[in-house]
Amino acid sequence: MGRRFSSFNLVSVTLGIAFLYLPIVILVIYSFNASRLVTVWGGWSLRWYAALLDDGALQEAAANSLLIALASATAATVLGTLAALTLTRLGRFRGRLPFAAMLYAPLVMPEVITGLSLLLFFVAINLDRGFLTITIAHTTLTLCFVAVVVQSRLASFDRALEEAAMDLGCPPLRTFLTVTVPIIAPAIAAGFLLAFSLSLDDLVIASFTTGPGATTLPIRIYSDVRLGVKPEINAVCTIFVAVIALVVIAASILIRRAERRQQVSAY
Amino acid sequence: MRRGFTPWADPNAKPVVRFDGVSKRYGSTIAVEGLSLDIYAGEFFALLGPSGCGKTTLLRMLAGFETPDDGRVLLAGEDIVGLPPYRRPVNMMFQSYALFPHLSVFNNIAFGLKQDRLPKAEIAEQVGKMLQLVRLESLADRKPHQLSGGERQRVALARSLAKRPKVLLLDEPLAALDKKLREETQFELMELQSRLGTTFVIVTHDQEEAMTVAHRMAVMNRGRIAQVGTPQQIYEQPNSRWVAEFVGDVNLIEGTLAASADGVVLEDAQGRRFQAGAGAKVQPGAPAAFAVRPEKLRLALTPPPANALNTVSGRVVDIGYLGDISVYKVRLDDGATMKASVTNAVRLAERPIGWQDRVWLSFAPDAAVLLTV
Amino acid sequence: MKSRSARNRLSGRWLIAALPYLWLIAFFFLPFLIVLKISLSQTVIAQPPYTPTLDLAAGWAGLKAFLEGLSFSTYGLLAQDDIYLLSYLKSLQIAALSTLVLIAIGLPIAYGMARAPSRAQPILLVAVILPFWTSFLIRVYAWINILQRDGLLNDALRALGLIEEPVAWLASDTAVYIGIIYSYLPFMVLPLYANFQKLDESLLEAAADLGCPRWKTFFLVTLPLVMPGIAAGALLCFIPIIGEFVIPDLLGSSRTLMIGQTLWTEFFANRDWPVASAIAVVLLALLVVPIAFYENVHSRQIEGR
Repeated sequence: MGRRFSSFNLVSVTLGIAFLYLPIVILVIYSFNASRLVTVWGGWSLRWYAALLDDGALQEAAANSLLIALASATAATVLGTLAALTLTRLGRFRGRLPFAAMLYAPLVMPEVITGLSLLLFFVAINLDRGFLTITIAHTTLTLCFVAVVVQSRLASFDRALEEAAMDLGCPPLRTFLTVTVPIIAPAIAAGFLLAFSLSLDDLVIASFTTGPGATTLPIRIYSDVRLGVKPEINAVCTIFVAVIALVVIAASILIRRAERRQQVSAY
Repeated sequence: MRRGFTPWADPNAKPVVRFDGVSKRYGSTIAVEGLSLDIYAGEFFALLGPSGCGKTTLLRMLAGFETPDDGRVLLAGEDIVGLPPYRRPVNMMFQSYALFPHLSVFNNIAFGLKQDRLPKAEIAEQVGKMLQLVRLESLADRKPHQLSGGERQRVALARSLAKRPKVLLLDEPLAALDKKLREETQFELMELQSRLGTTFVIVTHDQEEAMTVAHRMAVMNRGRIAQVGTPQQIYEQPNSRWVAEFVGDVNLIEGTLAASADGVVLEDAQGRRFQAGAGAKVQPGAPAAFAVRPEKLRLALTPPPANALNTVSGRVVDIGYLGDISVYKVRLDDGATMKASVTNAVRLAERPIGWQDRVWLSFAPDAAVLLTV
Repeated sequence: MKSRSARNRLSGRWLIAALPYLWLIAFFFLPFLIVLKISLSQTVIAQPPYTPTLDLAAGWAGLKAFLEGLSFSTYGLLAQDDIYLLSYLKSLQIAALSTLVLIAIGLPIAYGMARAPSRAQPILLVAVILPFWTSFLIRVYAWINILQRDGLLNDALRALGLIEEPVAWLASDTAVYIGIIYSYLPFMVLPLYANFQKLDESLLEAAADLGCPRWKTFFLVTLPLVMPGIAAGALLCFIPIIGEFVIPDLLGSSRTLMIGQTLWTEFFANRDWPVASAIAVVLLALLVVPIAFYENVHSRQIEGR
């Protein structure tokens, strides 16, 4: 693939990408707008970024979000990797179908349903809502994304490498840890990043499962946004976008470099 | 062809590898069926056959990646069927090399030694020896993706020999190389094998390769062994039509056996009589075939004397010029075709034999092999 | 010896499966059972705001009382009030229409990406994925900037002379459609692109060799082969769009009530947990078939059949 890139193709791709980025670009530009109103361009200014420094509630929400994202992404990566292993290596075991069903469902399930069910569950077992509940909820949601990413890497993993290790005297568990994991590490890292950003971004599930003192950034932004466009929100969003963009680009480069190092078969 | 090394001929010799009535099925497909084979220490043994014949399955059973459904696999007299691959004194060189991409050349080769928890100094010494063996000393710190195809292949070889296994298994190791490199590597492998004295078992679908490197080879077909022998035995004395046709080119003359005092006589459908060497007791009237290799057919533009044995005539319909030899396809008067190959011993602007020429093919009695199967 | 090593391998393997399995049962499956249970309960002003509650301490009698307290009356409420039926239908309509538009837009984009020079493709991929990773909420919010009365769209249109007065783009179905299509575009493009990439170029060359013009080849050869990608993308969008909450809430009007909003309102505003649960159960029942369909398509793709 890659030949005969027609003008129609070029136009479609350009329009598509422009459409995707236009609102974000506008938002970024207006975060520097000295005037409060969108229609009036008041010149370049950093006043809204400065205003952020005074907004303690927003900062606290941001810190909460980061913490929850870190915790849930870590748990999701472990569980998701195990789940991917289960599906690719354990073959057809009894109970595989319900397992796969439960694993892939959150990919498509409307978040209001997952959020509601988790909250009702926490209430039923008398678990106080707060950090823990949001973290558990996010872990459950994101582990299936990790599983999908890792599973697709495992499916294309060359089993000959594991056979070679065992042939040289390495028992199965050690083979997994010293050969398989380092090689699929880029996929696991990608899964982690995916889980991290999904958790950071989630509004609906967090709203259902949050508790006192555990307000997340999206919840905060959402409640502010309902009252209309506020320039400080533009500033927060721009920072958010910039950070994520850097992380994603850096991650992509690193992961691609790691994958290229693995093109070492005879063919 | 190495002279003097014939452990299989010694009645007291014990094989280092023995397959005893081994079978393996995948669902309804039979991979290997009731197979028995002995391989002796120090042999370079080839498993040859078309794809799907079971040769790779056999190799993997020896390595420990497949378990036979029936039968035993013995290594130095012990049944190793239950032993996992990481406990067998057998190492394998993989077709795709399977080099660990995250480890350097040094660490790839050292991998097996590290599993045995040898002291660092000893590991370094052994890896150094291996690097010398395959002439890669300067590349010890490189990663596999920084190596050429030929270099990766040598790392794979060094890695599989580092633990000095009793048996080294090679799974189509030269398939990815181009012709020149393949030939060079074949000789390197042979030299290595005789220097180290390790038993090599190689799986290949390339007959020339098998015949070049192996002391003995087993030709396999559909999960069974068709014939075991030295390359010479297999080529010159195939035991069946299938083996005769699979290994090299062959002309098959079909007919029925006739009684004769001078040797084996075959009478074909046209009534022509052919004679092979004396010896075998034959059942007159039984169907059989003579196998004659193309290079053993004499090609002449003039008819032979009237009482000459084993002669047929026809017209040349195709000439294949292969540089060192020319292969002439001759259509006999009854419609059958035969192939004769002639060495181009002299440089000639024009060969004397051309298209549509009438030629006479003949062969000596000892050039034909009687096949009853 | 063979069975021992085989058994060892088996027991270790079960541990791998056990951890995620138990987690999913606890935090995915059980919660659904609880939603079901609560949908069969009634609202009370209490904490928790539903009855009956299961009091295990009361033993067998408690269990009996609990089971007797369950009823389908909440479902009856759903059937009576039109607003619920209208929300479901609205959601289905919006989801179906959006998905069709997404397919129409996504196909040329994904196709274009797949045919781009191979060195450009990873960059294009990151370019399409990047917005997806940048907060969903932010991107929806970004549209408010553009669509509001004194926003950029009206400015641009007035500057071009296409309209006189600012149009109320926000708080309308149109805004919701724009928001949904914008947000879900990566979800449609990515599976399509993955599918296009796997397409064997030689099939298209064979068609051309046999006399098929380029546009015809697209419909006769390419499109059928891309069906799995279209199915995956369509389901990946259609199913979650039905339950969308954020987009209709921020960009829609009080008339564009999607079922996600209805559920949210019942739960948070009206504190009516049983009704919210009943809505969720019915929604899930509606989605079971598409979800099962998706699982089928997905597992076939992952297992590479």
